[in-house]
Amino acid sequence: MPKSEDWVLKNVGFDVFPGEAVGFLGQNGAGKSTLLKLIAGTLTATEGSIQVNGRVAAILELGMGFNSDLTGRENVIHTAGLMGFSRSEINAALSEIESFAEIGKHFDQPVRTYSSGMQARVAFAIATAYRPDILIVDEALSVGDTYFQHKSFNRIREFREKGTTLIIVSHDRSTIQSICDRAILLDRGCMIKDGEPEEVFDFYNAIIAEKENSTLMIKRLPSGKVQTKSGTGEAQVTEIVLLGDSGAVTETVAVGEKVELRIKIKIHKQIDELVLGYGIKDRLGQVMYGTNSWHTNQIITNARAGDEYEFKILFNANFGAGSYSVVTALHNRETHLNANYEWRDLALVFSVVNSNEHQFSGCNWLKAEMVVAQNGY
Amino acid sequence: MFDGLWRYRGFILSMIKNEFRAKFVRSKLGGLWMILNPLSQVAIYALVLSNVLSAKLPGISNRYAYAVYLMAGLLSWTLFSEIVGRFLNLFVDQGNLMKKVSFPRITLPIVVVGSCLINNILLFFSILFALVVLNFDIGLNVFWILPLTLLVVTFSLGIGMLCAVINVFVRDVAQVIPVLLQIWFWLTPIVYPVNIIPKKYHDVMAMNPVAPLVGAYQDVIVHGKSVDIESLLPVLMLSITLVIFSFYIFRRASSEMVDVL
Repeated sequence: MPKSEDWVLKNVGFDVFPGEAVGFLGQNGAGKSTLLKLIAGTLTATEGSIQVNGRVAAILELGMGFNSDLTGRENVIHTAGLMGFSRSEINAALSEIESFAEIGKHFDQPVRTYSSGMQARVAFAIATAYRPDILIVDEALSVGDTYFQHKSFNRIREFREKGTTLIIVSHDRSTIQSICDRAILLDRGCMIKDGEPEEVFDFYNAIIAEKENSTLMIKRLPSGKVQTKSGTGEAQVTEIVLLGDSGAVTETVAVGEKVELRIKIKIHKQIDELVLGYGIKDRLGQVMYGTNSWHTNQIITNARAGDEYEFKILFNANFGAGSYSVVTALHNRETHLNANYEWRDLALVFSVVNSNEHQFSGCNWLKAEMVVAQNGY
Repeated sequence: MFDGLWRYRGFILSMIKNEFRAKFVRSKLGGLWMILNPLSQVAIYALVLSNVLSAKLPGISNRYAYAVYLMAGLLSWTLFSEIVGRFLNLFVDQGNLMKKVSFPRITLPIVVVGSCLINNILLFFSILFALVVLNFDIGLNVFWILPLTLLVVTFSLGIGMLCAVINVFVRDVAQVIPVLLQIWFWLTPIVYPVNIIPKKYHDVMAMNPVAPLVGAYQDVIVHGKSVDIESLLPVLMLSITLVIFSFYIFRRASSEMVDVL
């Protein structure tokens, strides 16, 4: 018997509805994978209960149980059998799996001759050959080359449209934000946040930088969005405004307009090295652009308490129409993970309208030109 | 537990097939080794032991009698020791799979039994072949091998399953059992006939549940006799009890097992 008990998960409770896509995030060891295994049924909870309705398919580790001396085809038959499919069901899906994996003649060669990417392709193709009611994905979406990543991502989207419930673990913000409509944050086995992916990610971002003396503040803005502010407070953003082409403060800018982002900061405590970072995010929280004064070599050194600094960031608002937010970070060195003086999500929100350019879709104003010529004469 | 087995029947068969395929796929002779191995084993007993040692078995005139005696004993012993031996690390080796994929775990021991059975059937046919070549009488009683095999499998399954489950929690089992099997082998009249043992030890020898099994194989193959059912009854009872008990333990420990693996 073990000498001491260690509860991997405690007081975790949630409902996931059919067709919902939930992303789990949290630091390593937070209990994400254990939770997925419990849902998948490979582990049994010591206490509490889990009710799962429908067929669950889990992509917990790709290529699990592959025999390297057997061919891709034989391994597919074997693995699909392991998933509980009968021989006739397997035969029916075999050619589909083969064509999805797209590894050509290698499909009938031993797996030991495969590259890891090829193996991942075959493994993903089997794992998703049959549309399950619930699909559990643990960090398995970034397999293979970019082409296959897109392809596997599309398949998962397709499943979702057809009503499959998705449960995903990923550390990749864009994966979760682009596919999930809900995120749950786990920390040391407890559920600490459940909500919109963007909000949960901001919170997560704040707690991974959380150190002693650090404060974490969450404020619901009038727009309904949640602002997360965290940091140890040695420096602080006191004012942040956006100035339009005319030089006046504005919240709405035109596509391509020349704008200025003005950020004022105040130092409360002696800091050897101060870096200002900022990023512009779209409605879904995807970063459109972001950099910091470390990268631009404009680090402030020996900032004293009481000092004030003003940053002017000039750029053209080459964005698509929509709502954007600005995130600011005051830290030292290149990321906020060493020392986080202040991190402010949704420090500013502005919208871009398309009033003077032609219609276009997407988030980037490319200013592309089209030349049309009639040939043949 | 058992409807899972039925649903996964195709998987069990393909797993057994894959096991053999994977074993021989990179050898030139391939599946031929499945027959060559037991054949050579039998040939060694027949030629070396009978000619070089020229050992004789009391009561039988054929000069190959001792070799056949040895083959009969080994046929049952190998089945028993192979199943138990392969069960030891069954769950430990498949731990990763059990943690990551949800499937009826009961399929794992069944696959092992299946592949051991195939090995044993091939060994049996090699022995039959040798008997024919050596001009040994084969009677109809040889069909007793069918129920006997079933009995050996049941007994081995009971012991093997118990060891497999315990070994997940106490890994020493996998170290101890092979040693015990060695001792057990020499305590069982396989290499020697029972009558060379002094009479006063016969009662102790009778406590060995494998002895009557091996004895029955020898009766059927060497002597062409039918089996002494009475002597097998205690083993039968023991086997059934062991199987029920070990499957009960397996079910109880099933979820705990994955935590320890």
